[in-house]
Amino acid sequence: MAEISLLDVSKRFGAVGAVRELSLSIADGEFLVLLGPTGAGKTTTLRLIAGLERPDAGRVMIRGRDVTEHVPAERDVAFVFQQYSLYPHLTVYDNLAFPLRSPARRMDEGFIRRRVQQVAELLHIERKLGNRATALSGGEMQRVAIGRALVREPAVYLMDEPLSSLDAKLRAELRLELKRIQRELGTTILYVTHDQIEAMTMADRIGVMNEGRLIQLGTPRDIFERPRNAYVASRLGTPSINLIPAALLARDWLPPGAQTVGLRTEHIRISATDGPGPRARVQWVEHLGDQNHVHLNLDTHSLVTLADPAQDLKAGDQVRLEFMQPHFFDQAGDRIATDGVHA
Amino acid sequence: MAEIKLEFVAKTFGTFTAVKGVNFAVDHGSFFVILGPSGCGKTTTLRMMAGLELPTSGRILLDGEDVTALPASARDIAFVFQLFALYPHMNVRQNIGFPLRCQNYPRAEIEKAVEEAAKLLRIDHLLDRRVGGLSGGDRQRVALGRAIVRRPKAFLMDEPLGALDSEFRRLMCGELRELHDRIDATSVYITHDQLEAMAMADRIAIMNGGLIEQIGTPQEIYDRPRTMFVADFIGAPPMSFLGVHTALRRGDRTIKIDGAPVEVPELFEDRAEGPFALGVRPENVSFADSSDLRGRVIGAEYLGTTQIVTVTTASGQIKARLPSAKMVQVGETVGLKLRPDKLSLFDATSGQVLSSALYAGGKGG
Repeated sequence: MAEISLLDVSKRFGAVGAVRELSLSIADGEFLVLLGPTGAGKTTTLRLIAGLERPDAGRVMIRGRDVTEHVPAERDVAFVFQQYSLYPHLTVYDNLAFPLRSPARRMDEGFIRRRVQQVAELLHIERKLGNRATALSGGEMQRVAIGRALVREPAVYLMDEPLSSLDAKLRAELRLELKRIQRELGTTILYVTHDQIEAMTMADRIGVMNEGRLIQLGTPRDIFERPRNAYVASRLGTPSINLIPAALLARDWLPPGAQTVGLRTEHIRISATDGPGPRARVQWVEHLGDQNHVHLNLDTHSLVTLADPAQDLKAGDQVRLEFMQPHFFDQAGDRIATDGVHA
Repeated sequence: MAEIKLEFVAKTFGTFTAVKGVNFAVDHGSFFVILGPSGCGKTTTLRMMAGLELPTSGRILLDGEDVTALPASARDIAFVFQLFALYPHMNVRQNIGFPLRCQNYPRAEIEKAVEEAAKLLRIDHLLDRRVGGLSGGDRQRVALGRAIVRRPKAFLMDEPLGALDSEFRRLMCGELRELHDRIDATSVYITHDQLEAMAMADRIAIMNGGLIEQIGTPQEIYDRPRTMFVADFIGAPPMSFLGVHTALRRGDRTIKIDGAPVEVPELFEDRAEGPFALGVRPENVSFADSSDLRGRVIGAEYLGTTQIVTVTTASGQIKARLPSAKMVQVGETVGLKLRPDKLSLFDATSGQVLSSALYAGGKGG
């Protein structure tokens, strides 16, 4: 059953169309990630669901109920913001208990105690319950902030880049943990981020957004392997996919209508041997430990490929290129199949 | 171009010692990165090189000349700060030319230097624009322009890309390195981001608690970390460690982890029984049903072409980078195979690496 549905929702701020005719359904127990750059409309979408913004058009449904006209408190949602906004004068315990003690909910302290304990264990902060919120590390504070949402059991958790203020290591740890918690509890999460790694590693489905529109919705594997257009292809994968003007490549190899060829860095094989295929010159080699990024010049166009650290390459070397699993894009940037029709 | 040398440089603030005696040399024309977590002393080290802090002890040499006591203005060094402080009421041309105007250069000379700097940074089309309306990247380029316009002997950069988002940072890394090569500069660059360091550096110094843990090329540091701290700081995800309590003998080529024999590079030292940690990078772990080293899969993170699989064993958690085509079930028990020639063995108490065939070939730090 769909927990959340957006039906043709639009929202403008002055002249800017922040969200444009967005339709989206989030299933019960699903971890859905909205991925996009700053200004794509991701956060506005979250705020529309939470009731923090009112749509100009369209409906918002939560558990089959039309909540478009409802205020946030009447909607069954919990929001986790980017910056952990904890109450500094309260202990971790009281911070976690706070949402349950609100006058609108009124729960008995015994229940609150059990619930706080349960969530604290889940987040591995049970030994910090007596600490003041200000006496925690950044990672612990963000766990408490997430915990404050988890003590409630709303229809959906709305999370707005909750890990972005943490350092890389902590982010990687919490990523894995958040996914584990979501799976264990079977919760429904709508998560917003501009970090493709977060999207790929946590999402059941990713919605790629740009300029207020949902460009593609699918599993991480779907979106990575079958991007709808060149924009989506360039959003996922590090380093990002090489987009090569088709004019630089042999025509007999291209499907009709192809203007751009997309090749992921791992799908360009380079060798020093003779044979068919285009030639490129090594510009520089970037050593990243487990792999090397080789920057190449194909005619006037720059490419990046991966090479084994053992492969001996240096600037100025001439290499032969072999392409595997190319994507083809037409004039409008849409992906086309090898027979020239839209994929 | 310049050679910068630090000899036993230390800095104490009250009772706190920020830098505990560091030694290193930055060669002419090289791109040197000091990498470490916040509070490790890297910014203090850079500020001493710039002349913004006076060392408590030690010497700093610039092209062989002792500049330890010279103020920043007397050193021919440009400093690029983390937050690019541009003058909002000036346009791009005035911002870049500012350092030269302060030193009363003739107008024509300033004009020429500014044009050249702007051309190098490919922002010559923006010279008459106000800085207020510029994108983050262009603002950063203007800040760099202000640094290179004086043609200093060396550039010192304190996390200049820290304020940018991750994708843009990757792009600027490439640009910065290219600029460094184009103007034949000597650069010292500070960051806590290991990917930035790996991507740009000729050599990296990793700092921790006011000390340098290791200096080497990115590949050396990645393949042969000298300490557990370095092994854990470099790589995404970092090296995994399996704990083992054993005695070790020179010439050993296998150790037992949780009862399972694991092949390792030949050991070059004897060690009494104690706690050790076997370090392995995710790309050197694979699944093998026949292996006696077993663990339970607790998570799989899809990354497109590859996935990172986290496995819990009796001796610790281990991460494996596997092709994403491989089907992995959370909860299943798997056998683990570790690539023998790429394993590091650390003293778990001191965190120092043990000498072995893997380390004997490489230069240390």
